[in-house]
Amino acid sequence: MAIWINDETRVIVQGITGKAAKYHTELMLGYGTKIVAGVTPGKGGEKVHGVPVYDTVLEAKTDTGANASVIYVPAPFAGDAIIEAIDAEMPLIVCITEHIPVMDMLKIKAYLCGKKSRLIGPNCPGIITPDQTKIGIMPGHVHRAGNIGIVSRSGTLTYEAVDAVTKAGLGQSTAVGIGGDPINGTNFIDVLSAFNEDAETEAVIMIGEIGGEAEETAAKWMKAYMKKPVVAFIAGKTAPAGKRMGHAGAIVSGGKGTVASKEAALADAGVSVVSRLSEIVPALLLKMQ
Amino acid sequence: MNIHEYQAKEVLRDYGVTTQPGHVFETIESFETYARKEIRDRVVIKAQVHAGGRGLAGGVKLASTADEAIDIAKALFGKQLVTHQTDHTGLPIHKLYLEPACEIEREFYLSMLVDRKTATIVLVASREGGMSIEAVAAETPDAIAKLQIQPSLGIRPHHVRQVMQCFQLPTDQFQAMTALLNSLLACFMAKDVSLLELNPLVLTKDEQLVALDAKISFDDNALFRHREIKAFRDIAQEDAKEVEAGDDGLSYVSLDGEIGCLVNGAGLAMATMDAIHFAGGKPANFLDVGGSADAHHVKKALDIILRDSQVKGVLINIFGGIMQCDTIAEGLLRVLPTIERDLPFVVRLEGTNVERGRKMLEESPFDIHTANSLDEGAEKMIALTQ
Repeated sequence: MAIWINDETRVIVQGITGKAAKYHTELMLGYGTKIVAGVTPGKGGEKVHGVPVYDTVLEAKTDTGANASVIYVPAPFAGDAIIEAIDAEMPLIVCITEHIPVMDMLKIKAYLCGKKSRLIGPNCPGIITPDQTKIGIMPGHVHRAGNIGIVSRSGTLTYEAVDAVTKAGLGQSTAVGIGGDPINGTNFIDVLSAFNEDAETEAVIMIGEIGGEAEETAAKWMKAYMKKPVVAFIAGKTAPAGKRMGHAGAIVSGGKGTVASKEAALADAGVSVVSRLSEIVPALLLKMQ
Repeated sequence: MNIHEYQAKEVLRDYGVTTQPGHVFETIESFETYARKEIRDRVVIKAQVHAGGRGLAGGVKLASTADEAIDIAKALFGKQLVTHQTDHTGLPIHKLYLEPACEIEREFYLSMLVDRKTATIVLVASREGGMSIEAVAAETPDAIAKLQIQPSLGIRPHHVRQVMQCFQLPTDQFQAMTALLNSLLACFMAKDVSLLELNPLVLTKDEQLVALDAKISFDDNALFRHREIKAFRDIAQEDAKEVEAGDDGLSYVSLDGEIGCLVNGAGLAMATMDAIHFAGGKPANFLDVGGSADAHHVKKALDIILRDSQVKGVLINIFGGIMQCDTIAEGLLRVLPTIERDLPFVVRLEGTNVERGRKMLEESPFDIHTANSLDEGAEKMIALTQ
């Protein structure tokens, strides 16, 4: 079970001949991910760690029956890489790339509407179903198969939550990084509703941060529909207003996007809100009793 | 990236937006020469800084004669302008913009920005121009119209009608308003703008729509395709440490506390600041060294953190993940002998080879304390610096 990906997921790597992509392809292969092809325009016919490289996504997909793509293409070209994957009707597209212009994502978000693809990211660590497959850049070894679903806007904070869950003797059904950009393909609600329907997921950890209203919107949805216990942690309580905190989307502007507003909305939805990382697992255990 | 008003008007004029004809000056001498020769009527002198609220802060002044204008310019040049949008030190006035005063009939507010929730461009119009939009939203929300613009559809006639209704403009302004909104959207999309604000946009006595003030912020991530915009950058208006960090690929924000932080990952860096706060301290900065930080980056980061004389100790929080903890420790031990200040360091490492990494740090001759978790690290740091 788990959500969206499992040990049968067949993955292509877009931009596979780049340095970071090569490195992570090796790590993903080592984890057991079925990487069936790579794509780099002009490098068709080459091989990377034994994986055949194609010139286009469509060729790679047709030849190998891939049903997921992970993008490591540099930001100026990443928007086009996403559109190419959408046009090839790739069911799942995971975009790791950071620093994609907002205007590109604005157009892509509109283009995705009515298409057959789900986009995760950009500017995210990817998605992992422990012991089955990992698509992205997260450290595989801290994960362990289990029943906790994790969804997060931040890469390293996802690893923190995963690590705490694993150390407590529990494990993860699937962990999804939705990315730190203001406009992303998959939002909290998409992931939460998938966890809601997933038989293997018993409880959910949600990690948010300052900026935007994604947490508030998700809280409203959870109040009406969420059947499983949720623990939330929101980063950025001490961040000054009007300053971008590393992530393009992490900014409090015009009094909007504060931790206080997010925590209040989540608490109102029955979510257990914690203010320290070390409180996540104890709160989870309490909720699951 | 922010630019000055005079630059924003230059960009807007290229798209057909009407502005006052203005001149920018970088020295009092050039201002004086021009003023003696050209000023015959009322003029406005505007301090060019990257912040709003200039009028209230004394950065925008009217003058009727050349002498009056020169006196104002002398007082403004080189001064730090403190507005409600700057910190207490303000921003330096290195440039002045001179425009003829405008015969204003009415003042409006008009802006465009990317709305993350709806993934559209939102147009905000208010008939209360010249005021902060936040204040208008709080006091007279009815004076504001908010419209969603889908980039592929552009400005539609009903958008124009709604803005006109909000401004209570007569129908004979329809053509002019259509042209203005189309120009602004074209500029917004072509130049990767993240915020475009005209406050005020005015209707002059002779019924022209004129952008009397203009502010434009651009998406940093799109500057690679806009060399002409990048050339507008004025680093004198930015925090020197933030600029230096940015040049090295570090993400740094200066804060006013006493605990320096060095962290990998933006979310974890924020959580580290929060943990310091929770433990009873105040963070001196936000700093994300990035996922593939090496010894050079760590050195650069520590250099920048320790330049802040308020810093009493440094909390290093690295979730190694794919990086090896012993490699991180090794990098740190190479950097520390080059640090001149004598401060306690608390290091929280997690990831592969963590035991070996911690041992290396603890056995070193430096004042390094290790912690098993972020919260423990924050508590140790506070105990050491109090």
